[in-house]
Amino acid sequence: MMKNEYDVIVVGAGPAGSVAAQYAAREGVSVLMLEKDRDVGYPVRCAEAINRRTLIQFIEPDERWINATITKFAFIAPNGIEAVIDFKSIQGYVLERRIFDYELAKQAAADGAEVVTRAYVYDLLFDENETVTGVKVEYRGEQLEIKSKIVIAADGVESRVGKWAGLDTTVDFRDMEACFQVTAANVPVAQDTLYFYFGKKVSPGGYFWVFPKGENTANVGLGVSGAECKKRSSLSYLTENLNRLYPNASILTQIAGGVPCVTTPDKFIADGVMLTGDAARQVNPLSGGGIASGMVGGSIAGRIAGEAIKNNNMQHIYKYKEEWHQARGHMHERFDKFKDVIYDFTDEEFNKIMEKLRALPDEKRTIRKLFMIALANKPSLLVDVAKLFIV
Amino acid sequence: MFRMAKNNKLMIEILPNKCDFCGCCVGVCPEDAIELKEAEINIIDPRCTNCAKCVWSCPIEVIKFNKEGVPVK
Ligand SMILES: Cc1cc2nc3c(=O)[nH]c(=O)nc-3n(C[C@H](O)[C@H](O)[C@H](O)COP(=O)(O)OP(=O)(O)OC[C@H]3O[C@@H](n4cnc5c(N)ncnc54)[C@H](O)[C@@H]3O)c2cc1C
Ligand code: SF4
Ligand code: SF4
Repeated sequence: MMKNEYDVIVVGAGPAGSVAAQYAAREGVSVLMLEKDRDVGYPVRCAEAINRRTLIQFIEPDERWINATITKFAFIAPNGIEAVIDFKSIQGYVLERRIFDYELAKQAAADGAEVVTRAYVYDLLFDENETVTGVKVEYRGEQLEIKSKIVIAADGVESRVGKWAGLDTTVDFRDMEACFQVTAANVPVAQDTLYFYFGKKVSPGGYFWVFPKGENTANVGLGVSGAECKKRSSLSYLTENLNRLYPNASILTQIAGGVPCVTTPDKFIADGVMLTGDAARQVNPLSGGGIASGMVGGSIAGRIAGEAIKNNNMQHIYKYKEEWHQARGHMHERFDKFKDVIYDFTDEEFNKIMEKLRALPDEKRTIRKLFMIALANKPSLLVDVAKLFIV
Repeated sequence: MFRMAKNNKLMIEILPNKCDFCGCCVGVCPEDAIELKEAEINIIDPRCTNCAKCVWSCPIEVIKFNKEGVPVK
């Protein structure tokens, strides 16, 4: 069972935590991953879409946790106009995260990490120099102290662990996408397409999604900006959209959730602690996708933690910042600029963009082109588009 | 700007049997004044400044700003 000391303690067993635990363990250091919930991977607060390119860097695609294989994106304007981008190749998947997250945790365990669920971390341990030296955890009714050289906080959207170490991860409520989603049956949609709906009535300051989950089931949900949720709840928008589009839907699960649609804060590393995944605000701020980027962040954090311990150089953990920015951070900063423009569009503007996209011949309809059209009157941002989509 | 007075009353109230434990409110709280466990949520009264940001971000409207205040537990 749990020892009272480890090299690395990972808090939270989502995709970022599991990959961090795995990459640290691969460096040959001792790793403990603590998860507050009863199960790894459940409840699923996610629409479960991921791009293939990043996924395959971490795990071999397996039909046991793939519900749908995606080759097309469909964008639906407020007036109902639909523009489809056909990638003609596998772009991504809709996962079954309750199995997927479990598999990632199993991979970490296979590489030597210990995993414990129902273990709620409620505070950190510090030495006299305010370096983090471990965690306080509630486990089976007992309060335990477990020491570590490095804590990797992968505690998701809440991100409290970092705050205890003085790292300010608070998200402005306007940038928190307040989400509500159902997984429903009797939603007859194409199984190779992700559907994105835009518009003030549908999902202001965010989008409404329908992602296929096999046969006639789908994840149907939305995120609205906190500024909008203040006026009217996400749940009420979802209920209205669902009744309008899929009145026969049978609800199999329903969940609330939050996506921190911001860029990584200036400080997400402190002495003895590194943040990763949603906790470090490593979500793509435009799409709200955080599975892939969380795994990327986690892999860097885990490896660097392992290296720091092996080389007995604790300052090495600060290298994580630069590596993160090279891998994803800078790209997210560009997406964040696009977000500010795109979620400000009027319904009329969305209609025009989709009309233009739809008018293009099939082979010219690409994501890059979509951004070019959408940002056409923001020349400064076109440079960012070019940098992002150099092919 | 925001009322600080408490008089042993908590002004932000989470309706416990309606909360989905999603963490949205925790992520926006500037004071780290919300504790969230697997299926238990509490406002840490001494830290809360009644700024209401948690109220605005809750996707299912189960946090209320109660001007009358509710007893601290
Ligand atoms: C409605 C919705 C739809 C989404 N759709 C998509 C999508 O389609 N594609 C995509 O890529 N991303 C999507 N996201 C974002 C994605 O779900 C997250 O970015 C991703 O789960 C982040 O992974 P993570 O490992 O950082 O955190 P999480 O997966 O949230 O894991 C954090 C873990 O830490 C645990 N934890 C927290 N505090 C403690 C503590 N004190 N002690 C112990 N354990 C703790 C939690 O229980 C949790 O298991 C969506 C999010 C929402 C809300
Ligand atoms: S945002 Fe609402 S549903 Fe989510 S944890 Fe807070 S009170 Fe509960
Ligand atoms: S009112 Fe403000 S300080 Fe109090 S719990 Fe909500 S967000 Fe935190």
